[in-house]
Amino acid sequence: MNRKSIMAYPYIVWMVLFIVIPILLVFYYGFTMESSAGLTFSLENFKRFFEPVYLMVLVRSFILAALSTGICLLLGYPLAMILASKDFKRKNMMLLLLIVPMWMNFLLRTYAWLTLIEKKGIINSLLSNLNLPTINIIYTTRAVVLGMVYNFLPFMVLPIYTVLSKIDKSVIEAAEDLGANSLTTFKKVIFPLSLPGVISGITMVFMPAVTTFVISRLLGGGHYKLIGNLIEQQFLSVYDWNFGSAISIIMMIVILISMGILSKYEEVREGGGIV
Amino acid sequence: MKKFLKRFYVFLIFLFLYAPIFVLIAYSFNSSRSRGAWGGFTLKWYRELFMDREILSALKYTIIIAVLSAVISTILGTAAAIGISQMRKFPRNIVMNISYLPVLNPDIITGVSLMILFIFANIKFGFKTMLIAHITFNTPYVILSVMPKLKQLDTHVYEAALDLGATPWYAFWKVILPQIMPGIVTGCLLAFTLSIDDFVISFFTTGVGVSNLSIAVFSMARRGVNPKINALSTLMFLSVLILLIIVNVRMSRDIKAKKQKEATLV
Repeated sequence: MNRKSIMAYPYIVWMVLFIVIPILLVFYYGFTMESSAGLTFSLENFKRFFEPVYLMVLVRSFILAALSTGICLLLGYPLAMILASKDFKRKNMMLLLLIVPMWMNFLLRTYAWLTLIEKKGIINSLLSNLNLPTINIIYTTRAVVLGMVYNFLPFMVLPIYTVLSKIDKSVIEAAEDLGANSLTTFKKVIFPLSLPGVISGITMVFMPAVTTFVISRLLGGGHYKLIGNLIEQQFLSVYDWNFGSAISIIMMIVILISMGILSKYEEVREGGGIV
Repeated sequence: MKKFLKRFYVFLIFLFLYAPIFVLIAYSFNSSRSRGAWGGFTLKWYRELFMDREILSALKYTIIIAVLSAVISTILGTAAAIGISQMRKFPRNIVMNISYLPVLNPDIITGVSLMILFIFANIKFGFKTMLIAHITFNTPYVILSVMPKLKQLDTHVYEAALDLGATPWYAFWKVILPQIMPGIVTGCLLAFTLSIDDFVISFFTTGVGVSNLSIAVFSMARRGVNPKINALSTLMFLSVLILLIIVNVRMSRDIKAKKQKEATLV
């Protein structure tokens, strides 16, 4: 029977070549500096990241991502509740409609907003036709948050919906029989039971939001750099691999640790999948 | 009243989700280039789209890479899953944890790390590097879809086949493979869609002259709004919609057939 483990060898070779070695290279570049004697060990790159200019980028990324996650939760939770309630007809149809935009290329989804909120875009030409003041949000942080919420909202709704629709209805009925009003039932029964879905949703929105560089580039116009833009810039225009690698290491560690912490709280990950 | 409010809320959210897409679709038929004005109905942008060399080659590469990477990572991943499930606990945990890295890591880090590797190893950027990158991030998803099926597998059936004189290869082909097939198919489809949709990793691992649709859209959108992208979005939206409707109809038909079968059996 054990001979069959040979079948994993091709993949293990692939994995070492294209997963392990690249990550090791990132660490190698992150912990070294270009000097006259070639590459030498140094923590300079990490020190540099804690300069206010770069720290600001990190803080901004976290604030924008947290804001978008919060908005997604506020908008998404009620929607998930309505969809999960049993008197809602055409449930499958609605779920399908929720998934369709997710399957569309996310660059196109982001681009769609570009045409809408442009200075001379559709919303503004509508507003000026109605003699209303025009809005000017393109290339601001508000546009970036809008883009994040638009792109990631379904990722919040689906896991919460999955958990909510699995809640045993008799538990809720029991709470009502015992005299709880709907607010208390929600606070004490429904919300705590849906927490795994909420955490799963937060992970699925926050992680891509904090690392995106496309939304901030297209809708923020590159004025509001996020951590993803900073990494991209180091590798593709400044060519400072050492600094870029150091930022990547910091981001990787922050994200893997937070995923580790969050995964302790969610047991229902399977089933709450995307598809 | 409460019911009305609920419906209204659902309506608003779906309006938010779909309004941009519908506006794109509408304006893909607008003959005026500026978005402020409606210049009349036209199919001009679709014609231009199909004559745009850049987009056509991007479409070609997107499909070739999606098919190749899905097939290769399905084979690689299925074999790996079978092998991994036979390993001792310690090496198995190591391999599985490393496989989780591309799944959990932000795409940008996977992309950047592969880019460093390709430059380090002096591999020319282009089709080959992009394909390698896609296989690398697809294979873990295949393993993760096949693994649960392997865990459900009853090993006695395989042993019975061997006892009855089947060669290990024949037993594998006739006994194990059919049982884990659903997992393999899921993994393959997942790999295909992930590959078609990928932007970030491709962006860092592609070379001159080779780009997929996402990269083409990004470089066009960076230069500002372009009606050809509207036409492209419309086509992609329609294909996704049709595909999902077909899948959904087939699934509900299967469920119905199953229920009927059960009913007749009872």
